[in-house]
Amino acid sequence: MHFKKIALLSATFCFNTLTLADINVGVTVSTTGPAASLGIPEKNTVALLPKVVAGQKINYIILDDASDTTASVKNTRKFISEDKVDLIIGSSTSPNSLAMVDVVAEGSTPMISVSAASRIVEPVDGPRRWVFKTTQNDISMALATAEHMANNGVKTVGFIGFSDAYGEGWYQAFVTAADLKKIKIVSNERYVRTDSSVSGQALRILGSKPDAVLIAASGTPAVLPQKTLKEVGYKGAVYQTLGVANNDFIRVGGKDVEGTLLAVGPILIAPQLPVSNPVKKSAMVYYKAYEDAYGVGSVSTFGGHMWDAGQVMSAAIPEALKGGQPGTTAFRAALRSALERNKEVPASHGIYNTTPTDHLGLDQRSRVMVKIDKGTWKYEPLN
Amino acid sequence: MNWDIALFLGQDGLVNGVIYGLLAIALVLVFMVTRVIFISQGDLVAYSALSMASLSGAKTPGTFWLLICLAVIVFATESWRWKKGLQVDWRSTLIWALFFPVIATFCVLALPTNSLAGNILTTICIITPLGPLLYRFIFRPIANASVLFLLIAAVTLHGILVGFSLLFFGAEGWRIPLFTDQGLSIGNVTIKGQSLIVVFVTISLVALLFLFFEKNIFGKALRATAINRTGAKLVGIPIEFCGDLSFAMAAFIAAISGILIAPLSIIYYDTGFLIGLKGFVAAIIGGLVSFPLALFGALLVGQLEAFSSFWASAYKEVLVFTLILPVLFWRSLRSRHVEDDE
Repeated sequence: MHFKKIALLSATFCFNTLTLADINVGVTVSTTGPAASLGIPEKNTVALLPKVVAGQKINYIILDDASDTTASVKNTRKFISEDKVDLIIGSSTSPNSLAMVDVVAEGSTPMISVSAASRIVEPVDGPRRWVFKTTQNDISMALATAEHMANNGVKTVGFIGFSDAYGEGWYQAFVTAADLKKIKIVSNERYVRTDSSVSGQALRILGSKPDAVLIAASGTPAVLPQKTLKEVGYKGAVYQTLGVANNDFIRVGGKDVEGTLLAVGPILIAPQLPVSNPVKKSAMVYYKAYEDAYGVGSVSTFGGHMWDAGQVMSAAIPEALKGGQPGTTAFRAALRSALERNKEVPASHGIYNTTPTDHLGLDQRSRVMVKIDKGTWKYEPLN
Repeated sequence: MNWDIALFLGQDGLVNGVIYGLLAIALVLVFMVTRVIFISQGDLVAYSALSMASLSGAKTPGTFWLLICLAVIVFATESWRWKKGLQVDWRSTLIWALFFPVIATFCVLALPTNSLAGNILTTICIITPLGPLLYRFIFRPIANASVLFLLIAAVTLHGILVGFSLLFFGAEGWRIPLFTDQGLSIGNVTIKGQSLIVVFVTISLVALLFLFFEKNIFGKALRATAINRTGAKLVGIPIEFCGDLSFAMAAFIAAISGILIAPLSIIYYDTGFLIGLKGFVAAIIGGLVSFPLALFGALLVGQLEAFSSFWASAYKEVLVFTLILPVLFWRSLRSRHVEDDE
């Protein structure tokens, strides 16, 4: 009898959700596995995203893909066929997001990625018409880095990066950026995340006598080259990339990473931004919301990307509702075309202006330079 | 490349080499006595280094809870076997499953976490009993299986230990401060104090092992078991106790190597596997039977790694693991091939 009651109850629930026609959003992020340090703040942020937009209730369904490409695809298929979602947000890493692209296009469901690779949305054609993203491209970060170098009299740069897509992607972007600023790259070294020593590479870089060194690595493995460079007697400036923008990097690096410079999204140091910065106001909204919920000093750039996905979604929904009722193909198609017509949407990493050929929509307002000073991130004016 | 660079790389390679050497010695020891290729040796090294890091961050390392759980499990199984009327060596069981966990608990609770010596002691007390406990739990019930079967069990154990490692220490890396910032300057080259400590500790440990095998009755029993298991059994050497002892020594060596590398490099939950593999390459050079050759192989691996990272950083690992091919080729030419000798 109990079983009958439960069955009846759940049937009513199902019926309810169907009749109300809420907007359903499927979120797949990597809250476990190697990318967990990205996925956890992203998942935490979902709880802060808008619950009602234009009078429509929004339901978020969160699944973990364990940093695994296959699981992210499986989650995506489940969202489309079982949950009949109107929008998919995720996943945390580029390989996962890239694998999802074809699946969402097949299911005619728009997707907003929160991972970095520019290939996820570029060029906008075929299945990528359904895909958007909220993370800055490597090239815009590389340009900011090169600009800061040029402004500080750096003429030659030594490069060391991961021997994977991250290091290679950054190298390509930085070659372009350095060329524009007339900076010469004098050495190009690679290492693996799991390496226990990079002395050889550090000595080669030292031998090429660069004015500055750029390390293209992410998370705590990025400490190793910087520590080794210091050990072999390198005295110049060290630049890192946005991949190190979490507190673990400072915890492990300690004294060795003092003075490190990097280009990141403004959210990392939102309270320090000058009032004139156009992103300060919208970034502070997220900063405050996250700190209120999860404690002081808990904000990370990764959660910011998820917040931004929520903001561009909310901006597009009123327009999309004109195209059809949530839960229908018409609504999803309308949402897709509304997402590529966003105008000046203020969020935590920048201000989004999407077009049918630009599914990212960020400009130079989306990055700032920061410096590690006494174990904390400090805003560093670009000039 | 000039002399300064060569000396720097040589020093780097030597430090890594002696640590691989410790691993290789432990692998050879365990293999000779129990025929287990103990892949998890590297994981125990990572456990040790990460436990050090946790302790210096004033946190109780997850490995401590693992030790307590394993001790309880082993104690329960031994009691169950005893009840069934099987023979149980209670003396050694009490040492591994009661004495060491109690000492470790005392260390974790009582020792101040800001003292280096205290942390080292705690780490050794936590990691060393893990060896014999894992042996009793996993390898002893299948002690008479084929080498391949034991290897499969070892690979499985490695997978489980890495999983626990991720659970205990998270995906990000850890590092502890150097034991000493001092260094010796000779011309343009600085010899780091840390390197000297590593080399000195390793040499002492190797000397100690040598004395143990030559002079101590337990050491002689281990050697006898390694040379001929059946013969050793016939003259009354308890084979299972030898298994316990060899795993305990391997885990102790792992604890020491972990403590030595914790300040040198950034350690991740899965670092152990790669270190273990390099130790394995060295052990293979010694044919898995010779301690001096294994040590020599380890020094070779260390140097090769250091110099290849200078000349061809992208191919470093490839070069190190390619080293195993000519060695295997040469050994296969020299030795008579035996199809699983059990």
